[in-house]
Amino acid sequence: MLAIDVQGVTKRFSGRAVVDRLDLQVKRGEIYGFLGPNGSGKTTFIRMLCGLLTADEGRGTCLGYDLRTQQAEIKRHVGYMTQRFSFYEDLSLRENLDFVARIYGLPDRRAAVDRSLERLGLAARQTQLAGQLSGGWKQRLALAACLLHGPQLLLLDEPTAGVDPKARRDFWEEIHQLAAEGLTFLITTHYMDEAERCHSLAYIAYGKLLARGTVAEVVRGAGLSTWRVSGPDLHSLATQLRGRPGIEQVVAFGATLHVSSRDAAKLAAALAPFRAGPHQFEPIPSGLEDVFIGLMDTAKDNFR
Amino acid sequence: MKPLGLSFSRFWAVVLKEFIQMRRDRVTFGMMVGIPLLQLVLFGFAINTDPKHLPTALVVGDQGPFARTLVAGMRHSGYFEVLRLADSEAEADALLRRGEVQFILTIPVDFSRQLLRGERPRLLLEADATDPAATGNAIAAMNLLMQAALDRDLDGPLAPLRASAAPLDFQVHRRYNPEGITQYNFVPGLLGVVLTMTMVVITSLAITRERERGTMENLLATPVRPVEVMVGKLVPYIAVGYVQITLILLAAKFLFVVPMLGSLPLLYACAFLFIAANLMMGLTFSSIAQNQLQAVQMAFFFFLPSILLSGFMFPFRGMPEWAQALGSCLPLTHFLRIVRGILLKGNGPAEIAEHLWPIAVFFVAAMTVGVKRYRQTLD
Repeated sequence: MLAIDVQGVTKRFSGRAVVDRLDLQVKRGEIYGFLGPNGSGKTTFIRMLCGLLTADEGRGTCLGYDLRTQQAEIKRHVGYMTQRFSFYEDLSLRENLDFVARIYGLPDRRAAVDRSLERLGLAARQTQLAGQLSGGWKQRLALAACLLHGPQLLLLDEPTAGVDPKARRDFWEEIHQLAAEGLTFLITTHYMDEAERCHSLAYIAYGKLLARGTVAEVVRGAGLSTWRVSGPDLHSLATQLRGRPGIEQVVAFGATLHVSSRDAAKLAAALAPFRAGPHQFEPIPSGLEDVFIGLMDTAKDNFR
Repeated sequence: MKPLGLSFSRFWAVVLKEFIQMRRDRVTFGMMVGIPLLQLVLFGFAINTDPKHLPTALVVGDQGPFARTLVAGMRHSGYFEVLRLADSEAEADALLRRGEVQFILTIPVDFSRQLLRGERPRLLLEADATDPAATGNAIAAMNLLMQAALDRDLDGPLAPLRASAAPLDFQVHRRYNPEGITQYNFVPGLLGVVLTMTMVVITSLAITRERERGTMENLLATPVRPVEVMVGKLVPYIAVGYVQITLILLAAKFLFVVPMLGSLPLLYACAFLFIAANLMMGLTFSSIAQNQLQAVQMAFFFFLPSILLSGFMFPFRGMPEWAQALGSCLPLTHFLRIVRGILLKGNGPAEIAEHLWPIAVFFVAAMTVGVKRYRQTLD
């Protein structure tokens, strides 16, 4: 059973395709990570899914409701957490949740708000104004608000931007708990550790889908070989390596360099002359970040 | 470099940044040029505190030469424009009550004969004095012109009449505001001005604020319908409007002792349409404005002509025709006539109907634009 099933979805703004013939299938109960550089069309795609924007082309269903004709039904069963905090800063937590509960016409509103405050640990702060909350608490409030009407699908647009590591970890535990209860998630993120917590991933750039699958599938699909290089003065080494035939990307990872290419043999050959130097060279399995950086570069070459 | 010293380059960086932002915000830039121009035009060309050509109705009981001389003299003074020859005093009275004429001059039957006999006939000038400023100069001019006009006619054998202190008994009735108290005019007028100011400004901010703070996106992702948002946002301010009306009316009654001749329920009912029209205007602004600053500026751009061209501050009839036409498009102009009509003249539904429909037209026009623009922001 698919929660999201869309084909060929396209959205143009003043003639430019921001989302370009995107296909996406998300199973129920799945946590689906949606990755891609800034401005790649992630937010636009999510807005189309929850009925805020109408797709110019393509068709599909969200929770079994038609994307084009049943936007009202979709809005009732989908929760959407915007990238920017979008609740009322001059209302208290309880007042914000109460407002949302009224909008969705929840029966037994008071109890529903109480449960929601309790569940996310907001009960003690319920009279505080939303504007006075720190980033992490604001994010909890936003999550509580979009869970209030019991949606079956949650669309979270960069939910953890600007949130500290502890709050981020708690947030993801909550997400996994909810997914275990049967909720489906589509989450955009720029954090690799978060991407690795997703059941499946899709990577888009310039409105096009470039890769999808589980973390392992995406990494395997990229077919990237990577060497880790450590030693003195990596900066000048990186400058020498960059642009050499057989080397596709050179990226600094903390105190090491990751040197990658889709052709393992050529990469080994290109590195051979440097191995006599003072640096340590070690082949490693490519990580998600190596793959994404590669995808981003390829996308730039193809679409710009 | 001294840590506490002033730096020209830092100061200049701020100046340049301000100019760049000013240039980017087209609406603000336009307003900075537009508002002075608007003020220049309104104050320079439209406003005139010495209104001329005031519409006058004549009730003529005597067509004799003296009466004709008088009427000709009035015309020549420039202050009076004889619009109507009323058949009866009742008809003239209705014209004055509806505000169609500013003056009624009643020339009694046998005017000429009584004058010749030295019986000092009574000549009655009735003025709509709800706005004392609009009538003062005309009445003063009338006093002078009468003397001059009659002096010319009273010659030859009639010369002795000229010598007598006053050949006729000239009376002026300042109707609706006999003592010429300006508060009677301004306090009811304030009702409309305050409503215009708060209703337009507050609603023009209401939706812009939701958009600026990002809460609009959230709202649109819920099942709430646009019309529910719009009406839901307006209703609280309608309540606020009624609180304002009540406060001003209480102050008018107990503080300024403004007469309240007409029906207050009727006034409250008319206020609903006026409030709705202003709220729609605000809503339209808020669907056009990019940010709250622009919304406030647009509201001000609307408020300025409203206060200057409506007859609130300056006599409506003193303005040139183009300004009167412009003023007639504004809901405040008509609402002022309704409020003054009901409170000071005791106007009923029949008399104010002609001022209601222009407000209704304005309401529909503003709503059409507002709803259309609001829909566009969804996609």
